[in-house]
Amino acid sequence: MNIPAELRYTKTHEWIKEENGIVTVGLSDFAQQELGDLVFVNLPQVGDAVTAGEAFADVESVKAVSDVYSPVTGAVCEINEALLDAPESINQDPYGAWFIRVENVTGTVETLSAAEYEAMPKEG
Amino acid sequence: MKLIFEQSHPGHKSQFLPASDVPAAALPEELARKSALDLPELTEGELARHYEALAQQVHGVNKGFYPLGSCTMKYNPRIDEDAAALPGFTGVHPLQSETTSRGCREVLRQAEERLTAVTGMDRMTFQPAAGAHGEYMGLLLIKAYHERRGDKNRTKVIVPDAAHGTNPASAAMCGYQVVSIPSDANGLVDLEKLREAAGPDTAALMLTNPNTVGLFDPNILEITRIVHEAGGLCYYDGANLNAVMGWARPGDMGFDVVHLNLHKTFATPHGGGGPGSGPVGCKAFLAGFLPGSALATGGEAPCQVRAFHGNFLVVVKALAYLDTLGGEGIREAAAQAVLNANYLMHLLRDGGYPMAFDHTCMHEFVITLEKLKHEKDVSALDVAKALLDHGMHPPTMYFPLIVHEALMVEPTETESKESLEAAAESYLEVLAEANENPADMHSRPLHTYVRRLDEVTAARSPIVKYEAPIA
Repeated sequence: MNIPAELRYTKTHEWIKEENGIVTVGLSDFAQQELGDLVFVNLPQVGDAVTAGEAFADVESVKAVSDVYSPVTGAVCEINEALLDAPESINQDPYGAWFIRVENVTGTVETLSAAEYEAMPKEG
Repeated sequence: MKLIFEQSHPGHKSQFLPASDVPAAALPEELARKSALDLPELTEGELARHYEALAQQVHGVNKGFYPLGSCTMKYNPRIDEDAAALPGFTGVHPLQSETTSRGCREVLRQAEERLTAVTGMDRMTFQPAAGAHGEYMGLLLIKAYHERRGDKNRTKVIVPDAAHGTNPASAAMCGYQVVSIPSDANGLVDLEKLREAAGPDTAALMLTNPNTVGLFDPNILEITRIVHEAGGLCYYDGANLNAVMGWARPGDMGFDVVHLNLHKTFATPHGGGGPGSGPVGCKAFLAGFLPGSALATGGEAPCQVRAFHGNFLVVVKALAYLDTLGGEGIREAAAQAVLNANYLMHLLRDGGYPMAFDHTCMHEFVITLEKLKHEKDVSALDVAKALLDHGMHPPTMYFPLIVHEALMVEPTETESKESLEAAAESYLEVLAEANENPADMHSRPLHTYVRRLDEVTAARSPIVKYEAPIA
């Protein structure tokens, strides 16, 4: 399982990258493996408010629809529109296939380092 | 097999339609087609063979074991179809006068009487066209009730995470915010979590009992009490009524609103076989919001969801079913459904299938193949596909969502001991194959008309219409 050391993670299997106050969010390699082949993605719109710990997007596999939770509270400043046409990129390149970028971050859920995330007991 | 378009030959014809007996009227020029419709041309005989060939590829409850239970299709007695085909029912018009439609009105009256007795409700409407439509209408009743009392801060509907997906969807359609509460280790409502979630903003709780893992919630009276004390109402999703009809009534459990799926529990075809019917029952204090009653008193009709009386012929079939079985028969059907599920669960558990919850079940039970998936890389999907080779329909897969690698089995009351034992034998053969030759399982089924489908491509790039090859 691929867990890049430079990212942080949530217990609900999102990855987080922070640069200059902007937080980028995606789904971890473990999450995409558990979900299986993804066929649809719903994303919020630029300007939408997201809340730490609450769903901001959903992904659909051939098995089921699952929520994706926001690690932070803030405003969506950019979305990865390419995912809408190519949800399979989440399976192929989970750490390249980011979902949203969030600015004006005012709150966050508890996040884990790569080592902590790797050590966390996981069930899908 | 060739598509009907690929069987077309220019000049082949069928004569089905009589000559028109009304004068032809020309369409406005701008609306008329410029080119002819590209319809397939076949003789009646060719057409008959085409549909017969399709029918032979279909698996149905009349062909073999089909343990999706009442959720998709339980066996429908033929006498119900006979009743619904009576000309007095098929030839009636909804705008006919009361004096010329007394029989139909009597059907609705009797169906309401029987079904309110089964559910412990006071009144019922037959307007909703199916279960989700019934949920929507039931929530409209609840919303109307809170609003009429001036109680405008009730914006949330509580739904356990084991619920049918239609529950949160209906609540969202009604403008409510959905609060999902986790199930406890036994798959039941976590009372502490419910107490935390219930409050002055609670409009309703939506619950299926027995729930989607096939367990009857023993805390049901406490659950409805918690919601009522918070000022919310309790909504009963009747999807699993098949397990308790005649034994336990939602009204006695503390529910205020109920929807039934006549097309599940009371044996009328659906799932492509015919329209559904999702009548909504309620306690007397909500009856004034039902569409018929509001119209009758000349008041507003806040909860009208469909014209007239909904899918009336489905109600005729359900009444025929109810009256054929009678009160004792209804109880027996539920008991038999529960007994059948438990018998099959024991056969499968003793044969090595791990159960998600180790309890006596109600009408359905849930297997978890998580261990098989991790140890042998054989998924619930692989097992389901392998069962197709045994001439049976696989059980529900990957539901409920709280169980990983889930297979949910609901045999229904109409399976015999012998057919359950034969089914169990097939399930155990598949499990043995999965343990011995796990790699082979990904290519199953081997003997069906269509082999393993590429579900990912089908979902990502579906081909939904025929494109004629360019000549």
